[in-house]
Amino acid sequence: MANRALGAPGLTGPQPLPKEVVVAGSKAQVEPLITGGDSRVADRVFSYAMLGCALSVIGIVGLIVYELITKSNLSWHAFGLKFFFRSEWDPVNDQFGALPFVYGTLVSSALALLIAVPLAVGVAVYITEMSPRWLRGSLAFTTELLAAIPSVIYGLWAIFVLVPLLRQYVQPWLAKYLGWTTLFEGPPYGIGMLAAGIILAIMVVPIISSITREVMTAVPQQQREAVLALGATRWEMIRTGVLRNARAGIAGGVILGLGRALGETMAVTMVIGNRPEIAKSLFAPGYTMASVIANEFSEATGDLYLSALVEVGLALFIVTIIVNIVAQFLVWTVTRGTPARGNA
Amino acid sequence: MPEPTAKVMLPANFADAPISLYRRGLNFLVTFAAVGAVVMVLLPLAAVFGYLIYKGIGSINWAFLTQIPKPPGEAGGGMANAIAGSVYILMIASVFGVPLGIGAGIYLSEYGRGTRFGNLIRFTADVLNGVPSIIVGIVAYGLVVLSQGHFSALAGGVALAIMMVPTITRTTEEMLLLVPQIVREAAYGLGVSKWRTTLSITLRTATSGVITGVMLAFARVAGETAPLLFTAFGNQYWNWKMNQPTAALSLQIFTYAISPFDEWHKQAWAGALILIVLIVASVGAVRLVANRGMLKGAN
Repeated sequence: MANRALGAPGLTGPQPLPKEVVVAGSKAQVEPLITGGDSRVADRVFSYAMLGCALSVIGIVGLIVYELITKSNLSWHAFGLKFFFRSEWDPVNDQFGALPFVYGTLVSSALALLIAVPLAVGVAVYITEMSPRWLRGSLAFTTELLAAIPSVIYGLWAIFVLVPLLRQYVQPWLAKYLGWTTLFEGPPYGIGMLAAGIILAIMVVPIISSITREVMTAVPQQQREAVLALGATRWEMIRTGVLRNARAGIAGGVILGLGRALGETMAVTMVIGNRPEIAKSLFAPGYTMASVIANEFSEATGDLYLSALVEVGLALFIVTIIVNIVAQFLVWTVTRGTPARGNA
Repeated sequence: MPEPTAKVMLPANFADAPISLYRRGLNFLVTFAAVGAVVMVLLPLAAVFGYLIYKGIGSINWAFLTQIPKPPGEAGGGMANAIAGSVYILMIASVFGVPLGIGAGIYLSEYGRGTRFGNLIRFTADVLNGVPSIIVGIVAYGLVVLSQGHFSALAGGVALAIMMVPTITRTTEEMLLLVPQIVREAAYGLGVSKWRTTLSITLRTATSGVITGVMLAFARVAGETAPLLFTAFGNQYWNWKMNQPTAALSLQIFTYAISPFDEWHKQAWAGALILIVLIVASVGAVRLVANRGMLKGAN
């Protein structure tokens, strides 16, 4: 009976089905899908189960917020907002202030963006606008491979390769020629803010460049052709036709990279030196919000100590959430209306 | 990737129109800078992989893969318990994370399409995706470790599960959306119920894409260290109990890397090489599947 209905014309119109669908359909004949009886109950149960899964996503975020707020309550009551403006961190005497960590997080992330943004945009421009077609896919894949390397491996590499390199060659050179800026003063330990900034930069480049590629690809091809037709060189075409149209999305990518840099833990912990001090020199060791949690959380004795660490986590959580929301909004303003596409 | 499509008719003398030296030079400089950026980015990638192979391969041997760590300073020993521990924690994580993620993805594509509630879930999943992993560790500590009274494999699994859910949710949703509506209608037309259609027709059609999402989530959390620091905690011995501290490859690499012992440094490199091979293999497998399966077919 059902087969006759399929023969009726004009319901959906003849459309070629993808191959996979045919395969799935032929399997369906082997095992009958219609088991008879009333499916209303089963349908309702299934829809509630799926709704439950979806609600669990909200539940998890709610749980994170709840845990962070309740567990940091003690510290909040002890120090108030001043917690973020005090620079003492003295677990023995129960005196806690998060300023050095906030400073370290901000400076290392800013340094990372300073290095990563030009590189990432350059890579994206090359891949989308300049590279020969055969190179495009593999180049995109290779840069994205950088994002697949775990943080702890970056840290390992930084300790044994990057830091000695900085100590022996880069830092003496910087001190000699750029020492007058007072940013590169003091003994070249290798570990410190500079090493953290560089390793963070390597880690955020793939994020920024993949978003930048995405928004640049979303710029209509006619824009490029129009600018070229006016006699522009390739760079002028990229600047006026592509980058200008994609700038909000690129900003979104940069901010997304910032979000990643702010919350990055392991690689930074392994090279930043872990000293809660505020120093102007980029050679000096520092400490970040994520690192202090990683290093001290499992050893924190005393409720106030633990609570102070959770409060650092709460602050980090709020900042990264805001940063991510802003970034997603910016990317969305550029890519909306264009069809979703796979990578490369 | 859009290519120039229109052939523009130009006046015959167009090519003779002069482009100033400045503009030509700037164009050249920018091209040069872009190539330079590519090189600068590929350099650390090559350096990381090069050093991993160079330093790691010499320390991988049978003992490394089958033995547990020796006390500091003693030669020999291996990371067998850490490799097994990582797999164990990942298994616990996928027991929680995979069904939740796929279920939420099904909800988004089959029930919540275009609704305000669906958008809220989608947005929340993206927010969860951006939460730093160390924060997830704190939450798993509060939820599991504090209530159990000690560090455990379960706590580590819960932390990683939380990190897997948003990735799986979003890829499952995207893959299910690629399944043509006509396929669902065909099933409904035959009298198949909605739940059966979703599971046996829609989800089955998108299987390879959904598996891709799960593998990507695996690759993402397999190397995570920060959320395990105060949940799984690490262990120098074998452990198969859910409620006991468990070693993990990433944790072991961290501990060994910051230790003062040369022997441990070597083992850290070897462990890192094994970890990266596992991750790159799964990402590569994903790419193979993605190139043949739904992702390409439906685009």
